[in-house]
Amino acid sequence: MAVGTQYIAEQPKLRTSSKVLGAIAIAALLAAPFFFYPVLLMSILCFALFACAFNLLIGYVGLLSFGHAAFFGGAAYFTAHAAKVWGWEPLAAILLGVAGAAVMGLLMGFLAIRRQGIYFAMITLALSQMFAFICLQVPFTHGEDGIQGVPRGYLLGILDLNEPLTMYYVTLAIFLFGFFIIWRIVNSPFGNILKAIRENERRAVSLGYRVDRYKLGAFVMSAALAGLAGGTKAIVFQFATLTDVNWQMSGEVILMTLLGGIGTLIGPVVGASLVIALQKYFAAWNFPVTVLIGIIFVICVLLFRRGIVGEILELMKRRQKGAA
Amino acid sequence: MSSAPLLEVRGLNAWYGESHVLHGVDLDIREGETVTLLGRNGAGKTTTLRAIMGILRRREGIIRLRGKDLLSLPLHKVAQAGIGYVPEERGIFASLSVSENLVLPPTVSDGGMSVEEIYTLFPNLHERRSSQGTKLSGGEQQMLAIARILRTGAKIILLDEPTEGLAPVIVQRIGDVLMALKKRGMTILLVEQNFRFAKKVADRFYLMEDGRMVNSFPGHELDARMDELHEVLGV
Repeated sequence: MAVGTQYIAEQPKLRTSSKVLGAIAIAALLAAPFFFYPVLLMSILCFALFACAFNLLIGYVGLLSFGHAAFFGGAAYFTAHAAKVWGWEPLAAILLGVAGAAVMGLLMGFLAIRRQGIYFAMITLALSQMFAFICLQVPFTHGEDGIQGVPRGYLLGILDLNEPLTMYYVTLAIFLFGFFIIWRIVNSPFGNILKAIRENERRAVSLGYRVDRYKLGAFVMSAALAGLAGGTKAIVFQFATLTDVNWQMSGEVILMTLLGGIGTLIGPVVGASLVIALQKYFAAWNFPVTVLIGIIFVICVLLFRRGIVGEILELMKRRQKGAA
Repeated sequence: MSSAPLLEVRGLNAWYGESHVLHGVDLDIREGETVTLLGRNGAGKTTTLRAIMGILRRREGIIRLRGKDLLSLPLHKVAQAGIGYVPEERGIFASLSVSENLVLPPTVSDGGMSVEEIYTLFPNLHERRSSQGTKLSGGEQQMLAIARILRTGAKIILLDEPTEGLAPVIVQRIGDVLMALKKRGMTILLVEQNFRFAKKVADRFYLMEDGRMVNSFPGHELDARMDELHEVLGV
């Protein structure tokens, strides 16, 4: 009996060192808008959440989606339309974007999870390109112009989001909420089944799991969280355009996740911060920023394949082993 | 004990691609029995387990668990029907800890062992419960692979060479575990090359050759049949 209680008391595990680091990170994020340009920070937060959502799929289920822009950009359109044309309250508009992305995730995932590896990637790419084409054609997205001048409005009718600081803290809250959800998923029994599927799908099936359902579940969650990022971005930047649904955006999120470290919780956050910060700071240069990011990417793949955070974690693990 | 077997295999044929590897295998296991498959390498012992489990999909014949047809079931349903499979490579998930591996498989019926009972039977797993799957020794992996099936409430456990590559003292430990399971009334289908180990735990033996069952005899006749076995097994 004593054994059992001990066993239950052990989960969920969160070491003191992670708690301290987490508290420092949150404090830094709270103080950040007094030192950096809030719009840049909000951009980073939106893309970091997008990359975390993407990482849920590649890092914990081993599925490389090449169509996540559809969820990100799709949600941005839904949110923008609801806020601007229907005059919805911003949070409700964002939730509509999340719901829309989840439904799209269900449809796309249903078709895509039947295949693995490159075929899975190609199906997601094809479906997202179809969606991008629809976005170009249907009237509500306004084609090349996109939906512009989306009002930020009043959150729950109270908080004025036109105040940069208020907008920043709301974005931060949404990011932390999304990140917390991902942390919970990864550390839940459901997350363990996902990891088992990533490692050996056959084995998971022969233990009695219908893995397709779990993959689809993870796909929908990932899509919904990408939608949360996209919807928030539409409110923050007050527009939704074709850029967000195009395949380059799907590529960008892969790049961010790879740079930061696949399968680590904060890797995508680091990767997104790096890419967005570089894009902003080098936008004024004559040197094309895509070339610079390309060079960084090549160096990263050649020298530290686990990504920035992945390599740091590996180094710490080896140190620990050496000390023990 | 009822006369109808718990697991019934009749005229089982199976193919790896084009090559026909099982030729009409018959096998009966009654509830609470421990049955061991003997045979040379390549005789079809592991293949028989894989075919029963449904991992090998191309097969014909009859496989029934308590009269329920297993052949037509999709793979994940076979485990849910109550068959637990411990493959030779053990299949421990490296990215999960011991306790996470232990609770990973879905419960398929009541009557499985609780986590406490399992840790009582395998104290070493309790000690290592927060270690990663990769850091376990071969013996620990084997015990974990058995333990996580016990929790699910599977009616029968298929064990593929549980002692392979393990030190004698660990082999003995696994033998003790199997004896404890037998006492609990667990039904076991074992593939084993280690005679002395198999003799200790098995109630009955099946002898396989070239994808066929060539003989079957009760455990106590093993010594008397040693000459015959040497001929078939070439040991």
